[in-house]
Amino acid sequence: MSQANGYTAAHSRLQRVLHKLPLKRINWGRQLVISMPFVWLAVFFFVPFLVVFKISLSETAIAIPPYTALIELEDALLNIKLNLGNYLFLWEDSFYLEAYLSSIRIAGVSTLLALIIGFPMAYLIARSESRTRTILLALVILPFWTSFLLRVYAWVGLLKKNGLVNDILINLGIVSEPIQMLQTDFAVYIGIVYTYLPFMILPLYTALEKMDMSLLEAAEDLGCRPFQSFFLVTIPLAMPGILAGCTLVFIPAVGEYVIPALLGGSDTLMIGRVLWDEFSLNRDWPMASAVATVMLVVLVLPIMLLRNRKEAE
Amino acid sequence: MLKLSALMASVCALTAASSVLAADNKELNIYNWSDYIYPEAVSEFEQKTGIKVNYDVYDSNEVLEAKLMTGSSGYDLVIPTGAFLERQIQAGIYTTIDSSKLSNYGNLDSTLLEKVARHDANNAHSVPWAWGTIGLGYNVEMIKARLGDMPADTLDLIFDPKISAKLQDCGIGILDSPAEVMSIALNYAGLDPNSESKSDLGKAEALMKANRDNYRYFHSSQYISDLANGEICVALGYNGDILQSQSRAEEAGQGVEVTYAIPKEGTLVWFDLMAIPADAPHKDAAYQFINFVLEPKTAAGISNYVYYAVPNTAAEPLLNEDVIGNPGIYPSAEVKAKLFTQQAHSAKFDRILNRAWSNVKTGR
Repeated sequence: MSQANGYTAAHSRLQRVLHKLPLKRINWGRQLVISMPFVWLAVFFFVPFLVVFKISLSETAIAIPPYTALIELEDALLNIKLNLGNYLFLWEDSFYLEAYLSSIRIAGVSTLLALIIGFPMAYLIARSESRTRTILLALVILPFWTSFLLRVYAWVGLLKKNGLVNDILINLGIVSEPIQMLQTDFAVYIGIVYTYLPFMILPLYTALEKMDMSLLEAAEDLGCRPFQSFFLVTIPLAMPGILAGCTLVFIPAVGEYVIPALLGGSDTLMIGRVLWDEFSLNRDWPMASAVATVMLVVLVLPIMLLRNRKEAE
Repeated sequence: MLKLSALMASVCALTAASSVLAADNKELNIYNWSDYIYPEAVSEFEQKTGIKVNYDVYDSNEVLEAKLMTGSSGYDLVIPTGAFLERQIQAGIYTTIDSSKLSNYGNLDSTLLEKVARHDANNAHSVPWAWGTIGLGYNVEMIKARLGDMPADTLDLIFDPKISAKLQDCGIGILDSPAEVMSIALNYAGLDPNSESKSDLGKAEALMKANRDNYRYFHSSQYISDLANGEICVALGYNGDILQSQSRAEEAGQGVEVTYAIPKEGTLVWFDLMAIPADAPHKDAAYQFINFVLEPKTAAGISNYVYYAVPNTAAEPLLNEDVIGNPGIYPSAEVKAKLFTQQAHSAKFDRILNRAWSNVKTGR
């Protein structure tokens, strides 16, 4: 009997212990799905960024790869060499600051232009009948079917001295001599606005399409004139779309390389071009990496802060 | 990071292993300038040797160097320009050339080999492919309308502010190549074209800046089509490119006449050199291809097609009259004597040179 008693006692003790263990089943499938975007970001954004950051702390060398190692093991002596010279150089030479500011200016003006052009278009699409709406939306997306590079090259053909635009202007008698449009900032603005306009229209359209039309009627009932209700009702409701569109245009435009390289003049100073020159022309990988790191920090930090504040609201 | 580099190392080891396996196959990976060979050459070589050629092209030395410097490019034969090769040899990325494996080596022009040796001591790592000059391409009619009967074979066209101002409206294009253009500017100013002195550089920079407002753009290939259709009237560019532009203008039949002139002040001579990367998987095939290029028939075919000079004495009788007789491609001995090479600079000087160049370009 006593032996049996002892057995049950042990059994119940075991059960108690087992209960305390956190053996709740984990839903692995769910965890996997949730973690995918983070894994993606880590592999394709964070790790490459760390590599770039690491190179920015080294020095150029004539070797494979063309920069010095940060960590060296020499006679059981671990040497860690961090070179902050690239960042100091960035700071000391006003050239880079000017390039950053000029990029931000060009991107800012282009974003504003894209908003001014894109808003009426998005408004029209959102207010049109559902069948025409599908066609109009398809037309907005259609340019993506051709390579971005080809479309920029097409602008070279349009804007050059004996190109289509100058031909038309001369034939209409508006100008007598062809105007130099290519290789100017003007051409860069055209290129950026043209390329990124769909990125402005689509978020604007989504925001405007969701808008409840009865709100406008209510505003009118309360004595608002059409333009007042536009600024007091439509714009605030479209704000998330405006912010999303502006972000989608501004960020890639700041780092744009292809458009200023093909359409801009030699004096069009943009950071994407400076970065390319550092990397390929000057063959200075560490400096190019430092420029890239600073660009990322300068751009990403304010945007993340903006995001956080918006979410907090 | 440590784990990551271990992973990367193993990936590299894997690719290296696979290329060792591929070495048994009859294959050859060539990386050359675009439009730098006559179209049938590669298939002729394939038929002759049974080696399958993968032929990739680039359009700038920088692109080539970026690929080579990351390592394990997989290419067996590359054709960089002298000053670039000079640096790349310092990085130890090329194997030495055993000229006894090349039965046609004797066809090479020995005086040109001597000049190449300034980039590559004893021609140990390279075999020349072609050579040329940087000079002036211009639209004959437009220049005459603006400058009258003044001879156009002078760098005054782009370096004398009074003259370049007269050409500003019709457009001046300058090669976007800091080291090469600055050495031409230094030579024009009566200084050593390979000087690494800061004050000399400052003088060349000032010279460029005095003319900057009269330049339309800095670009390394755009002038080819722009000269041909009259978008610009003067370009400082590579001779073969300008001659190509000349024939394009003729084909278009719009009455645009383009001419190339080697400036009387002297200019830069460059060499494009074949070299075999040290990690090339098919070195023997690369040797066979080099030997094929050195054959008089192949060399003449290349020169007749691309309008660049080949350093191949045995090929000269096979050259077309409009090629060998063109002083823009094969200049006279007298003109040749005034040509200089541009040597590779130290990394430190490269940085201040490139900064000076950015300042010129952006007009700061």
